[in-house]
Amino acid sequence: MSGHHQLSGTTLRSRTAEAVANDRLRTNVARAVDRFATHRREGLAELDDPDGLRRAARAVKQQVLADLPGVLERFADQILARGGHVCWAPTAHDARSYVIDVVRRHGATRVAKSKSMATEEIDLNAALESAGAQVVETDLGEWIIQLADETPSHIIAPALHRDRHQIHDLFVDAVGAEPALGTEPTELVGFARGRLRQVFLAAEVGITGANIAVADTGSIVLVTNEGNGRLVTALPPVHIVVLGMERLAADWAQAELLLSLLARSATGQRLSSYTNIVTGTRGDGEVDGATELHVVILDNGRSDLLAGEYHEMLACIRCGACLNVCPVYRQVGGHAYGWVYPGPMGSVLTPLLAHDQPEAAELAGASTLCGACMDACPVQIPLQDLLLSLRRRKAEAAGTAERAAWTAWAAAWSDARRYGATTRLATWGRMVAPLAGRLPVGRSWGVGRTVPRPAEHRFRDRWREGL
Amino acid sequence: MITCVVDVVAPEVGEASVRVLRAAGCDVSCNLAQTCCGQPAWNAGFAREAAKVARATLGALEAELDGGAEAVVVPAGSCATMVRKFWPELFDVVGDADDAARARRVGAHTYELSEFLATRADALPALHLDRPVRVALHQSCHMLRELRIVDQPAALVEAVDGCAPVVWDGADRCCGFGGTFSVKLPEASVAMADEKLRALAVVEPDLVVGCDTSCLMHLQTRSDATGAPVHVRHLAEVLAAALPDDAEARL
Repeated sequence: MSGHHQLSGTTLRSRTAEAVANDRLRTNVARAVDRFATHRREGLAELDDPDGLRRAARAVKQQVLADLPGVLERFADQILARGGHVCWAPTAHDARSYVIDVVRRHGATRVAKSKSMATEEIDLNAALESAGAQVVETDLGEWIIQLADETPSHIIAPALHRDRHQIHDLFVDAVGAEPALGTEPTELVGFARGRLRQVFLAAEVGITGANIAVADTGSIVLVTNEGNGRLVTALPPVHIVVLGMERLAADWAQAELLLSLLARSATGQRLSSYTNIVTGTRGDGEVDGATELHVVILDNGRSDLLAGEYHEMLACIRCGACLNVCPVYRQVGGHAYGWVYPGPMGSVLTPLLAHDQPEAAELAGASTLCGACMDACPVQIPLQDLLLSLRRRKAEAAGTAERAAWTAWAAAWSDARRYGATTRLATWGRMVAPLAGRLPVGRSWGVGRTVPRPAEHRFRDRWREGL
Repeated sequence: MITCVVDVVAPEVGEASVRVLRAAGCDVSCNLAQTCCGQPAWNAGFAREAAKVARATLGALEAELDGGAEAVVVPAGSCATMVRKFWPELFDVVGDADDAARARRVGAHTYELSEFLATRADALPALHLDRPVRVALHQSCHMLRELRIVDQPAALVEAVDGCAPVVWDGADRCCGFGGTFSVKLPEASVAMADEKLRALAVVEPDLVVGCDTSCLMHLQTRSDATGAPVHVRHLAEVLAAALPDDAEARL
C-alpha cells in the first residue's frame, strides 16, 4: 500500500480525539448522516415488507458467495464474448500494474474517473500519477477531496465532512474559482460542472468501479446521482472497470433486488438518478461507449475471507447505511478510521483487508456494540458479531499487561468470596481509588468524567442484613 | 440477578427492584454466589476470562431455578442480553458445550426488569407520585436492538400517575459507554455522552430514566464533570417511589 492509505504513525485514539475536537467537522458529519438516515427510513417505509426484502437480499448474496468462483467464471466468459478483456488481480499491486499498463499502451495522459471505493482501496490515483497520467475524479464529492488532497470520509459521500463554505474556499484556492462565486449548492455545482465537462471530453481513458456486476450478461451496473458514471463510460475510447470480486449478481433478478435496496439504504431514493448498465464494447451502429473494455477483478484478500468465519462481510453492497446510523462515526467522521473504509463496515473490513498493517486491528474497538449498524444493514451482515470476533482475534495477540489484567480479574470475580473482597468499600478505598488516577484505565475514564464511588453498603450487604 | 454495577455502585437500584417485584406479588430470592455476567471481558475479546466469571453467576442462577424460581429478573438490559444472547455463544466459543446448554436453559427463563414487569402489570398496585415529574427515557442499546424491548419501559412510566414522559432527540442513540470502549476511546465516548446531554438540555427533564445503570452512570458522571445538571434514575427507582405507602423511597 502506498500514498494516502496507510494507517501507520497514529493511533485510533489520537485520530478520534483530534476529530471530536473539531466542532465544525462534527456538525457537518452529524447533519449529513442524519439527512441520509432519515431519507433511508422514509424510503424503506414505502415498502410493504422492508425486512422481508433485506432477508431476500441477504439470501441472494449468500447464494452468490457460496458459488463465487463459478459465478465469476461465467461473468468473465461473458466479458470476453462481448469483446472485453479480463484481468484476474490477486493483489492491489497486480491491479495497479494492469491498469497502468493499459493506460501506457494507449499513450494516455488524461484519465477521467467515476467514484470507486475499489480504486481507493488499491490507491490507484497515486500510482497512475507516478506513471505520468493526469487523473481527475468526476464525482463532485470525490473531486472535492482530490483537490483537497484528502481521502474519502464516507463511502458514498466522500466530502461529507466539508460544508459548502469550505468547498467554496477550496474551489477558489485549488482551481482558481472567482472569489465572487456564490456558496449556494447550485452555484458550486455549476462551477464544478463547467470544469468537469472539459475532463469528460478530453479523457482518453475512463475508469470506474462497479456497484453490481451481472454474470449472465457480463454487465457492469453503475449508480450515480450526477451522471458522471455515464459520461466516463460513454465518451473515452477506453473503459477500465476495477471490480471487487464479491460484487456479483448471478442474473438480473438478483441485480434488481440488490439495486432496489442499494439506493434506498444509501439515500432513501427508489433508484439513483442514473443507473448505467455497460454490456460489452461499443456495438455496430452505436454512437457512444468505449471501443476497448477492460475488467480488473480484484481479489486483494477477498478469497481468504470467502472460506473463513468473516465471509459474511463479502455480502456488503457499500451503501453506507451503517455509517449513517453509527453513533461513533457521527462524532469522529471517516478520516479517524485511518483507511479507506470507515464506520462499522470499515471497522470489520479494514482489519481483514489491511491485515499487513498491525494498527488495523485496533479498529475492531471503534464501536460501542450498540447494534444500530446491524439494524440498518440491507443485507443483514452481523457486524457486531464480526467485530466481537475480531476483538477475540486481537486479544489472542494482546500484550502481556492487558492479558494479565483480565486474568487477574477473572481469578478474583470467578468466586463470590474473592469478588466480595475486591468490591468492599474499604478495599476499594485502599487499593483501587489510589490507583485510579495512575493506571491507564483510570486516567482514560477521567477524561471528562467523574469517578463513580462505590456504595458503603453493597446490595449483597443489604440483602444479607435482610431486605 | 443483581449485576456487579448495581451491587457495588448503585445498590439502591437493586433495593428498588426488589420492592417493585414484591409489590407485583413476586417472591424474590437472590443467590449471593453470583458475581458478574462476564460482559466486560467478552466485549473486550477475552472469552476465556469472561467464561470463567460467567460460570460463577450461571451456577448461582441455575441453583435458584433448580430451587423452584420461575424467572431470573435482571435490572439491566445489557446484562440480561449477555445472559440470554451471549452466554451460549461465549461458552460455545471456549468449547464448553455443557455450559452452553446450561446457559441456554437459564437464558430461556431470563427477563430484563421492565420486560418482566410488563407481563405482570395487572398485579402492580396503583402507582402515584406526589409531585409531577417530567421523565426523559433513555433507551439503551442492547435492550432495544438485541432483546427488542421497545415499549415496556415507556408503558411503565406512563402507568405512574404524576410521571410525564418527554420526547427528546436521540433517545435511542448510544450514550457512548460501551464498556471498555469508554476507556479505550474516551474522547469519542465523552463526545457521544455530550450529544445526549445537549439533547436533554433542550427538553430539561426532571429525571433521565433508563433500565441500565451503566449507561445512566456514564451520563451522570459526564454531566457532573461539566456542571450540567442532569439527574438520572433507574426505572426501578421511579416505580418504587410511586408504590403506595413506600416510606423508604425518595426520588
